[in-house]
Amino acid sequence: MPSLIDIRRRIRSVKNTQQITKAMKMVSAAKLRRAQERVIASRPYAGILENILANVAAVAGSDERVMSHPLLARRAEKKIQIVLLTSDRGLAGAFNTNLIKGTQKLMADHPGAQFSFELIGRKGRDFFRRREMAITGEHLGILNKIQASDAEAIAKSAAELYSTGDSDAVYLIYNEYKSVVSQKVLVKKLLPIVLPEEAATTDYIYEEPPGQLLGSLLPKYVENAIFSGMLETSASEHAARMTAMDAASTNAAEVIDKLTLYMNRVRQASITKEIIEVVSGAAALE
Amino acid sequence: MANSFRLEIASPERLLVNEAVTDASIPGEQGVLGMLPGHAPLLSELGTGELTYTLVNGQKHSLAVQGGYVEISDNHVRVAASSAEYANEIDVKRAEEALKRATARMANPLPGVDVARALNAMKRAQARLNAAKAAPSNYAGMPGPGLKE
Repeated sequence: MPSLIDIRRRIRSVKNTQQITKAMKMVSAAKLRRAQERVIASRPYAGILENILANVAAVAGSDERVMSHPLLARRAEKKIQIVLLTSDRGLAGAFNTNLIKGTQKLMADHPGAQFSFELIGRKGRDFFRRREMAITGEHLGILNKIQASDAEAIAKSAAELYSTGDSDAVYLIYNEYKSVVSQKVLVKKLLPIVLPEEAATTDYIYEEPPGQLLGSLLPKYVENAIFSGMLETSASEHAARMTAMDAASTNAAEVIDKLTLYMNRVRQASITKEIIEVVSGAAALE
Repeated sequence: MANSFRLEIASPERLLVNEAVTDASIPGEQGVLGMLPGHAPLLSELGTGELTYTLVNGQKHSLAVQGGYVEISDNHVRVAASSAEYANEIDVKRAEEALKRATARMANPLPGVDVARALNAMKRAQARLNAAKAAPSNYAGMPGPGLKE
């Protein structure tokens, strides 16, 4: 039977852990709120961009010359680049595991293809580096301070690889932020760009030829997809960590309860034992 | 015909303006686009420059924008700017310095100086200064318009 002191020590240690998980939960909650606001604030821009792209695509879609834009070229998917977004830190439950699992599923779905990785976030980087995969670039720490310029650089390098034929398809794997409790790993095809199919409803005046407009819109579109992916992943990360830390705090409370009960039993047992010793000692003297 | 139209300006970071306005002047890639209610549907690239508009109550506001797209349809102007700032957010001193630096670089291009980049920097700084100057004096320091809804 462990001694009272041992159990007390154990309780103290669990309490310390609980304090840490509680603090982490609160920090995540604060960060989540900010990240969530950014996700919402970025939506109008994405909406406008998408709307314009749909309109331009409808007009320019019939033009052969426009449709030969390098970012629209469809090829057999032999060389696939994966842009994977993960968090830099752990302790977020199954968050990163789910993203990596999603990646592995995508890889399993394309047997025989050659994969290369653009890794954003330390966790994904560590995983795929350990497995010695081809890595085209890694970006650590950019999810702490999400900037459009980072997304732009990543989009540019991916588009370049695609244009030169070094990749036949580019997939973005990120975590969609739906709500605090509901997040989902999404696999989105970045390149070739699938143009929205919608009939032109408005007869626009074009300041620039639609083809030229489309040419500048397409890279922007990819860039924005990565940017909003970054925002959503970051919000999801904080939500996942908050949930995980909440569960950890609850579990710690449970462990403390159990240990306290056990400790009381041990104490009671030792008291009982002592009484028996005294009583039987007295009885032996009679 | 309605005497106002809806102006929506968003950057990747946030929605800056979503209000009814009576007129707007938007820097297009090919030159400034003046807009009044009932403008014909139009699609254009956005240039770098100063974007001004007048609210229904007569208040004038201005922003500095850089690159992006403009769409007009149904009396609704949507601007997707790669970067946009309210006039009162602009650091005038910094813009002035940037303008000086860029102008100097343009004036005597040392080898290795990217002239196109310097020109861009100059345009950006100029746009910021213009926008900051155009803002009504009592406007400085006030929280930006937009995001009211």
